[in-house]
Amino acid sequence: MDLELSESELAFQAEARAWLAANVPAEPLPSMDTAEGWALHQEWEARLAADRWSVVSWPRDYHGRDASLIEWVIFEEEYYRAGAPGRVSQNGIFLLAPIIFEHGTKDQQDRFLPTMATGEEIWAQCWSEPEAGSDLASLNSTARRDDGRGGWVLNGQKTWSSRATYATWGFGLFRSDPEAARHHGLTYFLFPLDADGVTVRPIAQLDGEAGFAEVFFDDVFVPDADVLGAPGDGWRVAMSTAGNERGLSLRSPGRFCAAADRLVDLYRSSAVEVRGAPAPSLETSDVGKNVVDAWLKAEAYRLYTWGTVTRLADGGEMGAAGSVNKVWWSELDIALHETALDLLGTDAELDSTWLDGYTFALSGPIYAGTNEIQRNIIAERILGLPREPKGAQR
Amino acid sequence: MRFELTEEQRAFGDALERLLSGADTAAVARAWADGDHEPGLKLWARLAEQGVTVLATDASPVEVVIAFEALGRYAVPGPWVESAAYLPIALGREVEGVATVAAPPHAPFALDADVADAVYLAGPNGLTEVTPGDRHGSVDRTRHLFEVAASDPAPEDAAFDLSALATAAQLLGLGERVLADTVAYAKQRRQFGREIGSYQAIKHQLADVRIALDFARPLVHGAAVSLAEPVETAPRAVSAAKVMCGDAAYLAARTGLQVHGAIGYTQEFDLSIWITKIRALVTAWGTPTFHRGRILASLTAQTGG
Ligand SMILES: Cc1cc2nc3c(=O)[nH]c(=O)nc-3n(C[C@H](O)[C@H](O)[C@H](O)COP(=O)(O)OP(=O)(O)OC[C@H]3O[C@@H](n4cnc5c(N)ncnc54)[C@H](O)[C@@H]3O)c2cc1C
Repeated sequence: MDLELSESELAFQAEARAWLAANVPAEPLPSMDTAEGWALHQEWEARLAADRWSVVSWPRDYHGRDASLIEWVIFEEEYYRAGAPGRVSQNGIFLLAPIIFEHGTKDQQDRFLPTMATGEEIWAQCWSEPEAGSDLASLNSTARRDDGRGGWVLNGQKTWSSRATYATWGFGLFRSDPEAARHHGLTYFLFPLDADGVTVRPIAQLDGEAGFAEVFFDDVFVPDADVLGAPGDGWRVAMSTAGNERGLSLRSPGRFCAAADRLVDLYRSSAVEVRGAPAPSLETSDVGKNVVDAWLKAEAYRLYTWGTVTRLADGGEMGAAGSVNKVWWSELDIALHETALDLLGTDAELDSTWLDGYTFALSGPIYAGTNEIQRNIIAERILGLPREPKGAQR
Repeated sequence: MRFELTEEQRAFGDALERLLSGADTAAVARAWADGDHEPGLKLWARLAEQGVTVLATDASPVEVVIAFEALGRYAVPGPWVESAAYLPIALGREVEGVATVAAPPHAPFALDADVADAVYLAGPNGLTEVTPGDRHGSVDRTRHLFEVAASDPAPEDAAFDLSALATAAQLLGLGERVLADTVAYAKQRRQFGREIGSYQAIKHQLADVRIALDFARPLVHGAAVSLAEPVETAPRAVSAAKVMCGDAAYLAARTGLQVHGAIGYTQEFDLSIWITKIRALVTAWGTPTFHRGRILASLTAQTGG
């Protein structure tokens, strides 16, 4: 048992660190949920891709570096430590790409992966519907067979699609066989968001920005070439990413460790008064304890991830442990940011990167499967407790 | 980078598990609590044969935490931390038989001095042999605490760190056992026509215990690895493990008691042995407040600038 990096991993780390030091924008980019910020984030994705840093774990043929899982975690650590911008392409890269690699045709891989890697095309995940949130398999949007045109016709509505406001492509499940039982008869489709019959309506989030959107489908034609996996097999195909989303890929420890370091810095500097009010004192507040606990959670997540990575490298599977992971990182994110706001005192309500981070962290226990659903999964699949009366969880 | 136990380490853990699962340790603990040390000393000898008493000097801290997690899982009574973690490091040699030590201020009493062949007091200038004084009872009925003459604080050195880490590992094992027993109970106890474990209010509490223990374990192993090197941040890693294991085990104890209902509140039911030991070990070898303070001091001394 050890935590030492190999020669080649250390070399990879040094190369990533040097590249990031030379390339990370000096000023934080404007929010990716604004037109201006979106364009700058796409430029950043292109810059990453040009030097093969946008998708390090992908094969070289698709702009990657064939990096191991360990190297990917190392890269993520360096990325966030360097204060690099959030990844506007993350849903495509982390949620869709693994499925295209596993279930996609060679044609789909060649058409979709390179432009995803360069940030030219940004993908939105269109899973949720107004009536299908936690109970995703109850979705109502339909796909009707059109043999004449060699494809399918989509109708219905998706919602809460992150970044769909500016994204160019979407991926989602539609009911292609109304006769089949809930989880069967669903098909996984890829579609351009500017296709005939698609309407995207931005939805303002807590902070006022249109970070997600609802998407309406009115007789939208999708050719067979853009069906991912076999028709009717969409649930199984989609579930192979749900694990990714909750597990490692979407939320690597790097971002939380970097935030924990910044929190400690803030704690040190907040020994001074804020606008005449004394700094939170250790004698009269929990703030020192909260700083330690937030840091501890991040540190535990870092070490836990090294264990996960070792197991996966040995051929193990993430499985329901992804749910353990998800509850942890989402609560950790809130703990880090709440503590920072405590330290900021009356300035906490003013616009700041801490406040942005806090607002975003609040959604963590909701998206990627709510924490209640994750706890159900842990209780049933890991602890072996009796299933819910209607076993309908994703 | 291989942050997983090796085959041999796993096999060692399994061997201890086999030994302890056949040893009726609940009965051993009850006898120990009532002052009958014989079954406990017999078990001590068998564990010593498996090498548990020489790990601190002959193996790595990783093996030490594997052993202490097992001792925790089976609530094995006796001055194990003192005899198999602190003293071997402080004396620089394995302890023959059973010994104990008081290391004020974080371990101010000599645990189980009445069964020890040797009783030490740790101070700024090392160890002295002492004669124990008055005895105090503990919330954990198997812990008999003896006064020793006052002394200046013992240093927070390698012996202290290994002891705090061993206590953390014990807490982890105790918490795991409480969770396992509670899950088994929740699957079998029925109310309102169904197993109580099918109710979400129960499920979610138990899921939270699973999560807390899962994230405490890597801190124990991480601290063991950093003590083995040893690296500058090792004391902080030890404190991290102690805080998180204390919190996780305590959550397991509170949840375990609640899910069992009144039966869990009885001394006769074995759960009581585990949950009272957890409460005692939360403050043994450094309270949560002390260890959090050590982490905060280390963090603010190092990061940023
Ligand atoms: C910031 C953000 C970004 C998102 N991005 C996307 C995206 O890109 N693509 C996409 O498809 N979706 C996205 N979502 C939607 C997200 O996946 C859903 O919000 C989530 O699945 C929960 O569904 P819901 O909001 O309909 O809540 P509901 O399912 O209505 O749940 C409401 C409450 O009831 C609880 N509940 C529901 N069922 C149970 C149960 N069986 N047991 C116990 N409690 C239960 C829930 O835990 C929750 O607390 C996003 C959401 C947010 C907040």
